[in-house]
Amino acid sequence: MSGYTLAELSRLLRERAISSTEIVKSCLERAERHNGALNCFISLFPEHALEQAKAADSIIAAGKAGPLTGIPVAHKDIFCTAGFKTSCASKMLDSFIAPYQATAMAKLDAAGTVMIGKTNMDEFAMGSSNENSFYGPVSNPWDTERVPGGSSGGSACAVSARIVPAATATDTGGSIRQPAALCGVTGLKPTYGRVSRYGMIAYASSLDQGGPIAQTAQDAAMLLGSMSGFDPKDATSADVRVDNYLDALNNDIRGLKIGVPREYFTPELEQPISDAVTAALSLLEQAGASVIDVELPHTDLSIPVYYVIASAECSSNLSRYDGVRFGHRCPEPKDINDLFCRSRGEGFGDEVKRRIMIGTYVLSEGYYDAYYLKAQRLRRVLRDEFRAALDLVDVIVTPTSPTTAFPLGSRIGDPVSMYLSDIFTVSVNLAGLPAISIPAGFSAGLPIGMQIIGNYFQEARLLNVAHQYQQMTDWHKRIPGGWQL
Amino acid sequence: MKWESVIGLELHVQLATRSKIFSGAANRFGESPNTLACAVDLGLPGVLPVANEEVIRMAVMFGLAVDASIAGQSVFARKNYFYPDLPKGYQISQYELPIVSAGRVQIQVDGTTREIGITRAHLEEDAGKSVHEGFTGSTGIDLNRAGAPLIEIVSEPDLRSAGEAVALMKKIHALVRYLEISDGNMQEGSFRCDANVSIRPAGESGLGTRTETKNINSFRFVEQAINYEIDRQIGLVEAGQEVIQETRLFDPDRNETRPMRGKEEANDYRYFPDPDLPPVVIDNDYIESVRRQLPELPEQKQQRFMETYGLSEYDSSYLVANRETADYYEAAVVAAPEQPKLVANTVMGVLSASLNRENLDIKDSKVSADKVGNLVIRIADGTISNKIGKQVFESLWEGGGDVDDIIEKQGLKQVTDSSEIGRLVDEVIAGNEAQVQQYRNAAPEKRGKMIGYFVGQVMKKSKGKANPKQVNLLLAEKLEK
Amino acid sequence: MPIKKTQVREIAWLARLAIEDEAMAGYAKDMADILALVEQMQAVDTSAVEPLAHPLEIAAQLRPDSVNEENRREDFQQTAPQTRDGFYIVPRFVE
Repeated sequence: MSGYTLAELSRLLRERAISSTEIVKSCLERAERHNGALNCFISLFPEHALEQAKAADSIIAAGKAGPLTGIPVAHKDIFCTAGFKTSCASKMLDSFIAPYQATAMAKLDAAGTVMIGKTNMDEFAMGSSNENSFYGPVSNPWDTERVPGGSSGGSACAVSARIVPAATATDTGGSIRQPAALCGVTGLKPTYGRVSRYGMIAYASSLDQGGPIAQTAQDAAMLLGSMSGFDPKDATSADVRVDNYLDALNNDIRGLKIGVPREYFTPELEQPISDAVTAALSLLEQAGASVIDVELPHTDLSIPVYYVIASAECSSNLSRYDGVRFGHRCPEPKDINDLFCRSRGEGFGDEVKRRIMIGTYVLSEGYYDAYYLKAQRLRRVLRDEFRAALDLVDVIVTPTSPTTAFPLGSRIGDPVSMYLSDIFTVSVNLAGLPAISIPAGFSAGLPIGMQIIGNYFQEARLLNVAHQYQQMTDWHKRIPGGWQL
Repeated sequence: MKWESVIGLELHVQLATRSKIFSGAANRFGESPNTLACAVDLGLPGVLPVANEEVIRMAVMFGLAVDASIAGQSVFARKNYFYPDLPKGYQISQYELPIVSAGRVQIQVDGTTREIGITRAHLEEDAGKSVHEGFTGSTGIDLNRAGAPLIEIVSEPDLRSAGEAVALMKKIHALVRYLEISDGNMQEGSFRCDANVSIRPAGESGLGTRTETKNINSFRFVEQAINYEIDRQIGLVEAGQEVIQETRLFDPDRNETRPMRGKEEANDYRYFPDPDLPPVVIDNDYIESVRRQLPELPEQKQQRFMETYGLSEYDSSYLVANRETADYYEAAVVAAPEQPKLVANTVMGVLSASLNRENLDIKDSKVSADKVGNLVIRIADGTISNKIGKQVFESLWEGGGDVDDIIEKQGLKQVTDSSEIGRLVDEVIAGNEAQVQQYRNAAPEKRGKMIGYFVGQVMKKSKGKANPKQVNLLLAEKLEK
Repeated sequence: MPIKKTQVREIAWLARLAIEDEAMAGYAKDMADILALVEQMQAVDTSAVEPLAHPLEIAAQLRPDSVNEENRREDFQQTAPQTRDGFYIVPRFVE
């Protein structure tokens, strides 16, 4: 039963052709069988999952099931799950059992989903390769010598290898879309404020946003519908109605105006990816959409702007890990500052420390205006460019990543080259817009992702376009070899 | 050389909300450690702050009361530093865009009124407490206070003496209590003061190097600390040394300030707008709705007391100094509407003395306002004398009861029957022949003084109940004969 | 822009991060590389642009003033490194 989409499982469950317990058992079996090779899970909760499955089965038997009742999902280990280890892939939180439930988790619980386990990630979501994990790197199911992308590498990997039909993830600069692209699955970063951040461990508060990774746009729509909505516990959550994402999937895309920013087709972009996106655009044109050029002239500045803002926010957000109330404490501190410095020095990995250092620097006296304030001004420039472009078109289509999955270890020693892997995704976070990455081809056996960016709170439109594309193609149905179903 | 001191205050006032500024935990004092610290207060991974609307209302109310401008958009910022009782490694405060700015208040010192500028007032969260006593080699951290709402009120360096500083502090203290936005309890730390002090040669306009003395929690200590600082700085400069810009602590046991240890290094707080909290947007309608909630403020009340009750400036200013006293006074006047002045005397006299004696707040007075009113009526209508009035007040204070019952039961009614008084006068004249003779031999201008002796004797015989005016008149008449 | 080791040390102290002496040079280099990347921002004149702190530019949602949290000290202190009598315990320090 692995390999079924979430929508198919949902139908089979309600037809009572299969039970949640059977599905969950199968997921757990696959997780245990393949995790050694893929390392996509930090924790698995078999007992808890089977209990939840049993409860779901009785709800189904009582005829009270919703579309997600009994569906197994994996959660990125960045979401607080009450009573379960929540590590953020950091030594700092290796022994942290969350004492409360993240809002997105509570919403998915209420919808009847079953939590299989918590997925691996870059430590505190900082990274683009999932190599910055205290629990070791995750492998790409298409080539285990390659990275799955990051930071939600574990979630993308688990869906790609068909261990779970869908998973939750978070995206600060591309952390849902880039791993989805590199693993050949569908990943949606919603509009900033669409999904509550309460209980989602913060990396960069003004950029972080939770969302789903799934096999198809339809599955992503089902999950997003349940995760979304205003949360009084999150002051940045948007009090905007949640659309019925499923209803919109089948809307006609004739007359759809697609913008293509030439700035994204740089020399660094691998040719097969450029070709795949061009081919996809032709296909959409055949379906009745029109394609026009749009300008996003300051795209090249999005990486510097992103690293200033994200690092500044992270340096402050991660100050709470001081060894006093929770998390790692160094052995035998000789005084209070020794406790702070060594607990943090030991508890955080290299990339986290690097970003804390950069963030501390750009906020410090004498540098604030030149770096932080400058970046915030440019953030407005970048956002306004998107707004202007989206006044002309309904969606913007770009490649998700300039390259396909790169070999493990190939960029880890060079932070700047690693940062540049996010060149096509970070500006969307800076603007707070929604965007989806969907499979759009292959290059040398590795998946290619295409990004569709929409206007604020137009997730329904994105999912509609993605779904229509997936009706015309089968890239999303290709399954990596070696993870027999 | 003659020196002038330049003083500005920062007052940290805890707001009297039910819940904390960014969480739903109770904002209370004196509970078992860490029982009032919820996930948000502890800064657990993943939690988010949401601002309490009541805190915003209170800040706007304060701003209106000091005639300040209210920011249409105010921004919460993070002040980053590590401290064991600061859970998140940053304090949420306001930095560039505070909610209140450019206000003013008036203070009276030695009969002169001065206007003191209020630079700004901003909202912030309090930190927890570090407890050193009872832990050997370690410190205990209690985060019950973490997240308690504070408004920090910053004055312009307009103050020129410790006396003025105390007057400002008292003024703000009265104001926040009038507005009912803080209990102003200094023992519990709800009202704390940092004093910035510098000196300069009198008449100059430049500013000297200032020191900041932190966390002073009584009016008296503020006066002592500032005076100590002024003297210390003058001493330094006159000895050819320099004042160092630093943070100091006041030690009330030794009546001195000394540099704060542990915080000597220059801090770089790396303020930036808190990305978890969008700006607080306040429109004019909201400001006007808060303005309508404003109670009568001390100056307005004083004006009214002078006009309506005919009180002197001194009496009225005493009575409005805090809202409870003013309310008590007015409640007593309701019971004795014809006698506002006499009521004022009673409140400022016997009542105040009794409260001071037992160190009680007026709200805990053992004699209610309406009884003070009843008592005043009985003095005014001549039922009892002023002196007996004090006695009745003491009875009320000690044992409660009703004014008329006490007068009746203790037989304190003033004797106004002139034949009864005449009998007593006759007895005194008969029993003091020598003094009577002396009186009669004395020059008329000296007699006025001498009659006091006979009045005293008659009052004594009447156990204080005789009407002193009548006694005087009758004595004067009968001694002439 | 080169970053000196002393600067790395100062920043590490502000951030309360213990960094081994032998790692200092690596941090200095990485930071210099990242700051060189960041320096590209200076090419654009933004003097007429307001900073953007929140992508949606919404106003704060406020919370009614009601108490809705109870005492959960025991739960919260289960994951704490060291507690005694309800206090979090740290090495003694001077205020």
